[in-house]
Amino acid sequence: MALSGVEIFKLLPKTNCKKCGFPTCLAFAMKLAQRQASLDACPDVSEEAKKILGEASAPPVRAIILGAGDKAVKMGEETVLFRHEKRFVNPCAFAVNIKDSESDNEIEKKVAMVIASEIDRVGQKLRIDAISIECASNDAVRYEAVTRMVSSRAPDTPIILNCFNASAAEAAVKAIADKKPLLYGARLDNLDAMVNIAKAHKTPLGLYAEGPEALSSLAEKAKAMGVEDIVIDPGAKSAKGIIEGNTQIRRAAIKKNFKPLGYPIINIVMKDDPLIETAIASVAIAKYASIVVLSSIERWKNLALFTLRQNLYTDPQVPMQVEQKIYKIGEPGPDAPLMITTNFSLTYFIVSGEVENSKVPSRLAVMDCEGLSVLTAWAAGKFTASRIAQFIKESGVENEVKHRELIIPGQVAILSGTLEDKLEGWKIIVGPREANGLPTFLKTKAA
Amino acid sequence: MAYVIPKETYSGKVASMTIGEGAKSIAIGGENTMPFLSFEGAIPNRPVIAMEIQDITPDDWPDNLKKYYNGYYDDAAKWAKFCVEQLNAKAIALRLVGTHPDKQDRSAEDAAKTVKEVLSVVDVPLIILGSNHIEKDASVIVAAAEAATGKNCIIGKAQEGNYKTIVAAALAHKHKLIAMSELDINLAKQLNILITQMGFETDRLLTDPMCSALGYGLEYTYSVMERIRLAALTQNDTTMQPPIVGDVGMYVWKTKEVSASEEDMPQWGSLEERGIAWEVVTAMGMLLAGANLLIMRHPKAVEKAEKVIEELTKG
Repeated sequence: MALSGVEIFKLLPKTNCKKCGFPTCLAFAMKLAQRQASLDACPDVSEEAKKILGEASAPPVRAIILGAGDKAVKMGEETVLFRHEKRFVNPCAFAVNIKDSESDNEIEKKVAMVIASEIDRVGQKLRIDAISIECASNDAVRYEAVTRMVSSRAPDTPIILNCFNASAAEAAVKAIADKKPLLYGARLDNLDAMVNIAKAHKTPLGLYAEGPEALSSLAEKAKAMGVEDIVIDPGAKSAKGIIEGNTQIRRAAIKKNFKPLGYPIINIVMKDDPLIETAIASVAIAKYASIVVLSSIERWKNLALFTLRQNLYTDPQVPMQVEQKIYKIGEPGPDAPLMITTNFSLTYFIVSGEVENSKVPSRLAVMDCEGLSVLTAWAAGKFTASRIAQFIKESGVENEVKHRELIIPGQVAILSGTLEDKLEGWKIIVGPREANGLPTFLKTKAA
Repeated sequence: MAYVIPKETYSGKVASMTIGEGAKSIAIGGENTMPFLSFEGAIPNRPVIAMEIQDITPDDWPDNLKKYYNGYYDDAAKWAKFCVEQLNAKAIALRLVGTHPDKQDRSAEDAAKTVKEVLSVVDVPLIILGSNHIEKDASVIVAAAEAATGKNCIIGKAQEGNYKTIVAAALAHKHKLIAMSELDINLAKQLNILITQMGFETDRLLTDPMCSALGYGLEYTYSVMERIRLAALTQNDTTMQPPIVGDVGMYVWKTKEVSASEEDMPQWGSLEERGIAWEVVTAMGMLLAGANLLIMRHPKAVEKAEKVIEELTKG
C-alpha cells in the first residue's frame, strides 16, 4: 500500500527547515502522499528514509519503454482499475508477430504493412507500434538474419524478440542492442541465461509463466538477479484467461501494491480467425494489457482496435475535441445548407452522422468551444452570438456558399435574434433541438 | 512475498429474471461479480444476444448488412423464423420502426398484428421495441404488450417522457421492461426509482443507459455501465441492479466505418469484415462493462460474439 501522509512524515527530518518549499515537514509529507512533490526536494532526508519512501512512492505499475527513438512506446504507470476513477495512462502497444520460419518475401511484406499502418483518427496518429519476431526456426543464424532484416526495413519500429532459445536470443539482441528490443522471453527453465543477456545489453526482459502466482515468483527471481525493466505474460491464451489473469495482476499491483506483479502485461493474442482475434484483443485492450501481440494486421482490424484503444484511453475528465473548421458532408455545392455546432467530439459525431443519414450534402461549421456540448457551451458563454459571428466571418465560408443562411441548433434558438444583428446580411434558421431531427429537417428543407 | 489471489467480495448482486415461455425461455442476470470474473463469484447466467428484426424493410441499413436477410424483409414473422431456425438466434428483438411518424407511421393496431404474427412462429424470447418516438411509442408499445400477453416478453423502451403508460402495460400484461436514459448514471437511477415506485419490481426491470458505437462515444457508455454495475455490487444499490441492455446494432450500423466503401477509404480495409468487426468490438466493449443482453444485427457478428461469450463463461 502507498504510505499515508502521516507515515511519510515520521520518516522526514521534522526540522521544518522550509528548504523543500513547503512551510512544514508535515505539509511536505502530505504533498508526497498525493504524489504532488518529489522527495528530492528534501536535502536532509536520511538514506534509510529514501529507500523506504522510494519504494512506496514508485508507481504501482513500473514504467517501461519499448524500443528507442521517436517511435518508442511508454508503458505502465497505471494507477486505477476503472477508467472513470482517473484515467488509463499509457495506451497499450499493438505488435504483429512475424515468424522467422516464414519466407523473406512474406516477412518483407508484413514489415511493409506495419510501416504503412498509420492512420489519423480525431487528430491522433494511430499505428501498429511494434514487430514481434518469433524464433520458430530454433536456429540462431536464421533468427539473427531475420532480426537484422526486419530492423533494417523498419529502423524506427520497436522490436520484441519473441524467443525462448537463449543462444538465438543472444545473437539477435547483439545485432540490434541499440534499438532496445524487448527480450521476451524468460521462463523458469532459461531464466539465468536470459537475465544475463538482458543485463549485458540493457534491454527490458519479458517473463512468461502460467498464471499470476508462478509469474510473481519468476519476477521476484529476475529482480533479485538484477533486472529492473520487466514485462510479464501470465500465459493466457483464451479470453477467459486474459480477463482473469490480467485482472488479478493489476489488482495485486494497484490495490495491494504487490511489487512482483507491478509490471506492464504482454498478451499473445493469436487466433486463426481474424474476427475472433479482434474480439479477444478487445478483452486485452480493455482489461489491462500493455502489449497486445497479434498474428495479422488487416486494415479493418487495425481500425477497429485502434479506435477501441483510443476510446478507452481517453481521459474521462477532458472531453474529446475535434478541429474547428467547416466540415463538408457529401459533396455540398454553393447552395447546400450550412449548420453550426460545437467541437465536443460526441456532438460532432452525432450531428455529422445524422446529416449523413439525411443524404443531403451539407456544410457543418464546427466551432471551438473547448470540447463542450451545445447547451453547456452556451451556458458557459463560449457559444455566443458574437463568437459565432466572428467564427463564421473568419472561416471564409462566405466565399464557399452563395446563400446567407445559417442553421443553428434548436437548443440555442434564443441566439437567433442577436446573431442576425451581429452577422450582418445573414438569415438565422433554428434547426431541430435534437440531432435525430436533422434528417427530416434537412429533407423537408431541400424539398 | 507470497502471492494471494486478490479477490473482491461484493455485498450486492445483479437481479436475475427469466424471459420467454417454455423450453426456450432464458434466464439472465444473477451474477455477484464484475463481468466474467468467476474466480471470485457466481455467474449463473451468460449474457444473451437477441437478433434484431424490423416491421418494415429497413431503409437505412448498408448493403453489406442488408444482403444477409434478402427475401425476408416483407414479413417480420418469416424474418424471425429465419433468424431462429437458420441463424440459431437465442432471442429476437422486434423493432417496430415502421410506426415512427417519419417512416411509415404504422398504427398501433398494425404493430400489434406484427407482434402476434412473430409470436406465432418463434418459441424463443421476444423483445418488443418501439421506434424511439416518445409519444408514438406510448400507444404502440401498449398495443404490442397486449398482443403479447402471457408470453413473458421484454418490452421497451420506457423513457422519462412516456414511462407511465408503458410501465402500466408491462404490469397489466406481465412483461419485463427496459428503462432507457441518456448516458448518465443518475438519470438511469432516477428512472428506475420512478418505475419501481409505480409498483414495478426491480427483478422485472432492465436498464439501458444508451449504447454508443465504437468510435462514437463508446467510452461514455462503457464507463456508465461499469459504474452502474459497481454500484449494484459494491453498494448493494437495488436501483442499480437491473440487468443491463446494450442496443448495439442500431448505433453501429449507422456509422461511417460500416458503410464507407474500400474505394473511398482504402486505408480502412475490407468493408465486409470492417462492418462485422465494428459490431463485434462494440459488443465486446458492452459485455466487458457489464451488459447482460445485447441487441445485434449482423449474423456473423452475432456468431463471433457468441463464440467469445462461450469462451468467457465456461469453466
